[in-house]
Amino acid sequence: MTNKKAKLKLGNTSFSYAPAPESTSHVNIKSQYDLFIGGKWQKPSSKKYFTTLNPSTEKEIAKVALADKTDVNKAVMAARMAYETTWSKLSGKERGKYIYRIARLIQERAREFAVIESIDGGKPIRESRDIDVPLAAAHFFYTAGWADKLEYAFPQREVSPLGVAGQIIPWNFPLLMAAWKIAPALATGNTVVLKPAETTPLTALKLAELLQDAELPDGVVNIITGAGETGAHLVNHKDVNKIAFTGSTHVGKLIQSAVVGTSKKTTLELGGKAANIIFEDAPIDQAVEGIINGIYFNQGHVCCAGSRLFIQEPVYDQVIQKLKDRISTLIVGDPLDKNTDIGAINSKEQLKTIKKYIKAGLEEGAEIFQSACSVPKEGFWVKPTLFTGVAQSSKIVQEEIFGPVLTVQSFRTVDEVIQKANNTPYGLSAGIWTDKGSKIFNLTSQMKAGVVWANTYNKFDPASPFGGYKESGFGREGGLQGLAPYVQFN
Amino acid sequence: MATQKKDLSASVSKQTNSERIQVLKTYKVFIDGKFPRTESGRYYPLLDQQGKVIANMCLSSRKDFRNAVVAARKAQVNWASKSAFNRSQILYRMAEMLEARATQFVDELMLMGCSKSAAKQEVEQSVDLLIYYAGWADKYGQVFSSVNPVSGSYFNFSTYEPMGVAALIADGSSGLLGLVSIIAPVIVGGNSAVVLASYTKPLCAISFSEVIATSDVPAGVVNVLTGDLDELYTYFASHMDVNALVYQNVEDSLLEKMQQSAVRNLKRIKKLEAAPSPYAILACQEVKTTWHPIERIGASGSGY
Repeated sequence: MTNKKAKLKLGNTSFSYAPAPESTSHVNIKSQYDLFIGGKWQKPSSKKYFTTLNPSTEKEIAKVALADKTDVNKAVMAARMAYETTWSKLSGKERGKYIYRIARLIQERAREFAVIESIDGGKPIRESRDIDVPLAAAHFFYTAGWADKLEYAFPQREVSPLGVAGQIIPWNFPLLMAAWKIAPALATGNTVVLKPAETTPLTALKLAELLQDAELPDGVVNIITGAGETGAHLVNHKDVNKIAFTGSTHVGKLIQSAVVGTSKKTTLELGGKAANIIFEDAPIDQAVEGIINGIYFNQGHVCCAGSRLFIQEPVYDQVIQKLKDRISTLIVGDPLDKNTDIGAINSKEQLKTIKKYIKAGLEEGAEIFQSACSVPKEGFWVKPTLFTGVAQSSKIVQEEIFGPVLTVQSFRTVDEVIQKANNTPYGLSAGIWTDKGSKIFNLTSQMKAGVVWANTYNKFDPASPFGGYKESGFGREGGLQGLAPYVQFN
Repeated sequence: MATQKKDLSASVSKQTNSERIQVLKTYKVFIDGKFPRTESGRYYPLLDQQGKVIANMCLSSRKDFRNAVVAARKAQVNWASKSAFNRSQILYRMAEMLEARATQFVDELMLMGCSKSAAKQEVEQSVDLLIYYAGWADKYGQVFSSVNPVSGSYFNFSTYEPMGVAALIADGSSGLLGLVSIIAPVIVGGNSAVVLASYTKPLCAISFSEVIATSDVPAGVVNVLTGDLDELYTYFASHMDVNALVYQNVEDSLLEKMQQSAVRNLKRIKKLEAAPSPYAILACQEVKTTWHPIERIGASGSGY
């Protein structure tokens, strides 16, 4: 599968891109994976396996064990045992060294992880290679150093770990989310049962191999695979002290509801519908790049995607034209091709959801623009899409689509756009584009969102806390503030 | 009814001429800087230890709560945008007003069953607590915010911002300290509040509202209701425009029901420590990380 038809137009000349596929020769994927419990690979008591597909070819990559209630129980017991016997007895200094080891091993095997991430999840290799995997390693590396310095993170308070953390992660950044979850849990002295998403289990399972290489004590991290039901067993398990979840607001609420009446602590990193606001005094070309990155990064499968664009009226036509021109140059196709900008939609189910929203947009009378690019015959694809002529009340403006679909509205005044931007139950992120410093400080402080990017978008960093306001969830991940969800004050 | 009311201030009444009829105080609720009666017209008699009626307290309704939330929402943005220094002065002013009226609060606490020494101590602690939190207004941000060392050519910082409107359930066992220790850390950080006062010890809550009303606290930042938690908890927990539900001491069975209702808008539920602590302020804050690029090329540090 190549992008023979992808073309770049410059004036009257157009160039075709030659295919530039990333090599897969150094990648080692087994045909079947069991559950990683107590430091060993164990067959599922369910005796069932499910397949994980390559969303760009719809071909099976591997079979993966389905963990049932018995398996979940086994994993939690292993985590409890490891907590009681080894991990809670280890000094912060030694815990930190294990976490540093994990970071180093990821760096050593970075290319392999990047390729598997792109094969299993559909994201362009350029992103998994340059963002997902290096960030995951950096996250372990940054957090490792906190393990023996916790007294500086919580002035005047002694803290202790919570115990066993049940962690459920999504399919959009599989390895990175595993890092965001596992690193702070281990640094603060907790043990872990992690469940990756059912469509993207492979990098988490490769991570399990790597944990063995790191000689992490048995049971400190257990990785079990399955779908929603497996996650529910984990959430409901009596011996779990902490639930950390990244995913949809709908499921987040189900989890929050399930832990009512227990002493389980929760961290929820949920959906978003971020406003990306461009003012007439913005550096327009830079802003257009940022808007493109804000919504089409990772096929729009990003909880903090800048999916609601607000353009100030005087530059509306100019920005729309530049956006359309830029969208037309985006290369959609083989995730393993280094030229690819937009890879495959993660699953058939998600493809259906996105198509449903595009249909809803059309039915509501919005005007659609899609790139004229071609997409491969097999696999799950959506061309980069832009909707104009939408209202605040439009379904595609209100609801999270989780795909490469941007809605555009115009505005005149600062007050108006603040009001419109905040008029959503979500509050994860926002973007501001202007060259005026005082306007940046005004707008960024008025946005009801946990992460606000000014003159940039979709940037992540292990030292920088990430998380939402309102129905985008609670708790922070990353940085100093990302430790708090995993400790209790003595 | 009024003739049944016991004298509010025993010390004052002793000195009054027996000919003079004392003016008794009507206890109402505090919404949007005003003192209306409950819209429901309902009341509950507050009895002293001898069973005599001290006052007819407002039995606040769901509608009162909703009105209070509207007032709190309207007031919150302006309150949060005041300078921290200004909020500090306003809390300090509350302490001044409370100190100046200490005798009245001691009398009310005694009327509700406190010994004189305990009452005096409670009032003093309450004043000191207000001073304590007044001092934090322009400091917790400095102590707990961070400039983060980004691995790349970006500058970012993480600061604390108020959650918004908080519904507060004051500790039922104390008349004044429970109220002050839950209001102060919540509002000092820029939140606005709707507070349900102790059912059995509600007098100070309304008198404390008079302190608030004369301390330059903008109308609506603090709203105080009296009434029955068993009746109101479900509205406190389920209201879609309330960001946080804050308590110090609530029965487990009730807490469970509130947690369930709060899921609808993922309302934060926070148990506040009663002891003075900046962590009580942080409990009702969100962390916001703000990014901007810097013109420095090649600073990316995520390599190998």
